[in-house]
Amino acid sequence: MATLKTKRTMGKFENFEIFAPKLLNKEEFFSCGHRACQGCGEALAIRLMCKALGKDTVIVNATGCMEVISTLYPTTAWRLPWLHVAFPNAAAVASGVEAALKALRRKGRIADRDVKTTAIGGDGGTVDIGFQALSGAMERGHNILYICFDNEAYMNTGIQRSSATPFGASTTTAPSGKASIGNKTWKKNVPEIMVSHNVPYVATACHSYPLDFMNKVKKARGVQGPAYIHCLSVCPTGWRSKSEEIIKLGRLAVETGVFPLYEVENGKYRLTVELPERLRPVEDYLKLQGRFRHLKKEDVAFFQERVNLEFNKLMNKVEHSKTWQELAEQK
Amino acid sequence: MKKQWPETWKEYNIGGIVFDAGNATSFKTGAWRSLRPIWDNSKCIKCGLCYLYCPEGCVQEDEQGFFKADLDFCKGCGICAHECWPRAIKMIEEGK
Amino acid sequence: MRKPVGMEVAVAAAEAVALCRPDVIAVYPITPNTHIAEHLSEIVANGHLDAEFITVESEHSAMSAVMGSSGAGARSFTATSSQGLMYMHEVLPIASSMRLPIVMAIGNRAISGPINIWNDHSDIMLQRDIGWISLFVENGQQAVDMYIQAFKIAEHHDVLLPINVNMDGFQLTHVVEPVIFPTQEEVDSFLPVYKPLAQVHPDKPLSMGTLGLPEIYTEACRARDYALINSKRVILEVWEEWEKMFGRKYEPVTSYRTEGAEILLMTMGSMTETAEMAIDELRDAGRKVGLISLKLWRPFPFAELREAIEGAKLLIVTDRALSYGGPGGPVCAEVRSALYHEAHRPEIVNYLIGLGGRDVKVEDFIKIIEAAPAADKRGDAYQIYGVRE
Repeated sequence: MATLKTKRTMGKFENFEIFAPKLLNKEEFFSCGHRACQGCGEALAIRLMCKALGKDTVIVNATGCMEVISTLYPTTAWRLPWLHVAFPNAAAVASGVEAALKALRRKGRIADRDVKTTAIGGDGGTVDIGFQALSGAMERGHNILYICFDNEAYMNTGIQRSSATPFGASTTTAPSGKASIGNKTWKKNVPEIMVSHNVPYVATACHSYPLDFMNKVKKARGVQGPAYIHCLSVCPTGWRSKSEEIIKLGRLAVETGVFPLYEVENGKYRLTVELPERLRPVEDYLKLQGRFRHLKKEDVAFFQERVNLEFNKLMNKVEHSKTWQELAEQK
Repeated sequence: MKKQWPETWKEYNIGGIVFDAGNATSFKTGAWRSLRPIWDNSKCIKCGLCYLYCPEGCVQEDEQGFFKADLDFCKGCGICAHECWPRAIKMIEEGK
Repeated sequence: MRKPVGMEVAVAAAEAVALCRPDVIAVYPITPNTHIAEHLSEIVANGHLDAEFITVESEHSAMSAVMGSSGAGARSFTATSSQGLMYMHEVLPIASSMRLPIVMAIGNRAISGPINIWNDHSDIMLQRDIGWISLFVENGQQAVDMYIQAFKIAEHHDVLLPINVNMDGFQLTHVVEPVIFPTQEEVDSFLPVYKPLAQVHPDKPLSMGTLGLPEIYTEACRARDYALINSKRVILEVWEEWEKMFGRKYEPVTSYRTEGAEILLMTMGSMTETAEMAIDELRDAGRKVGLISLKLWRPFPFAELREAIEGAKLLIVTDRALSYGGPGGPVCAEVRSALYHEAHRPEIVNYLIGLGGRDVKVEDFIKIIEAAPAADKRGDAYQIYGVRE
């Protein structure tokens, strides 16, 4: 069982998690009438993201669930300016939008105020087919906020395996069977890769911690440069779980250490949601999802061991990392 | 004159652009549900979590600060009922 | 108007683009278009052009970036060749369907395999159906002129389509030619600031790149086809305006010494000038031969082609790309299709020349014209000129 020993500072809204919903911006930038499945975690996350971004943003969307369910011509659920081109290029298109907004504002052809370019994509469009464009955009240092809505498979095309699919999950291209455990690989750690790109603000988030997520979006939006948020989005359809349990599942992902919520600001790691001394066993999380139904005791044990390792890796960084500024000043 | 769906090729907006932001509200997803949420205001503590957690954004606050779902859009996912602390929301079958 | 200067054509093209004051440029280098990317980035780096130059990490991202910038209302430019053009192929049709007036320079280069960096038209011929306006340049002056014209054509509200301007890689991009540049003032007066019909900005939220169900996809195709076909009207208007301002004439199909010609040779691109010399030699020897060259490839100039070939008995269509296992070269296949129903049409032979950068000299064109009357004229026949048997 992994244990947690950390000093952490409380975020501004965490004390008021129960009461703050009523203080939120009531405007809905993501309208009703979208075609997401009932209980879609990603749709919820998008709705919350829009509240945190406000109206002065341009959304660049990769092909995927959110793009398909929100903009069936002649309708759109977006009350924000929105642009979709293709699957692998949200980050590249966003680079162009950001450059254009910069140039046009400088030349006085659009209003002289800050408009944030926000690129969004699923795990497919971010960590697999969209990876090159993401890396390029982040390396070039565009003033872009990139948010990956990770439902852990290519859900829109029918639940196929991605490199964000967790170990042991059954997907349609890595199904569990007599000769296979399902997905055999561990989730690719994209936030870590973003830190390696010297992205000044990197964070993980989940819709089950809505105020934590929205605070992170607000913070990332304020960065003058690249920022990356990786938002776990529960998909009851693909995960074979109950639609009403998406908030609960997100909480369990965090409380078991499977998906800890943290942020990395200029190289310094810190957890943003306090975890109990003893993390809950991963079994509590896995047993609620049909995609893990086939796992045997030894598979769950392997999963637990690996979660412990990854969590310890993270905590090691939380405890010992320094900001780049501090490191630069070190003799 | 308002366009009829499906449009003619001349009516098709240039580039497939949708100029009317948020007009997805013309599509009533409420027809999808088989369960419907019912609020018991005597138990409601007006915390607003049902409003916060709805993926459709169709849970609305009324003048007294209580909540209800816009049944034109509610898909009956049950998240609001599941998350309600004081168990003020129940899911009942449609047609009952 | 200035005096002509000697300049490498790719560099001249970059200078012409710079005169158009693009807002965003995203180019990934690939031989032979690299000099365009390099020179433009130099112009920006020296502060002579106020533009954002994005050093993208691939051609797919180059096109994606300019689609984003064009969607946001900026005048946008990119350039590529061959493999790069194919790498961005996924999004090229989308630029057309989204009606984004992007200008792209293509330094035509043979496509792999085998890998070959030299000039032919196999790269652009793979992109026939994408819905872009497509122009072919024959010399350095035309390169300078057509890039400036391209922005005006593309951004016209009756057009709003992306446009590619094709220059033969190395054969044109890397040769030094005399060019006359318009002044900045002349370009500014010819080409005003880009006013988009729609752009992504919070002042007027809209959604671009929406999903098209089966109920509407056909209509979307028809609308786009109509726009491309009708862009010809605007292209001709722009060319007329150009002729008034600068005295240089452009037409979709140019006829060279075709009066009373029995045999017509047809070319596209820089080989046209070599072919003209062959025609001159043969005409001087009393042969009734002429040359027609296409500058406008898409939308296909049906009317102008039919007019140009009137009276000819034999049309020799030269192609610089091959549709393997098909009816030979793409240009000939389209010409045959365009003339099929004409009551009086010439016999047609197809010669594939200059594949993978193989040089085609004046005497080669003469040999082709001598051999053509005896060549196979059936619909599925084509000659690969000079192939060593």
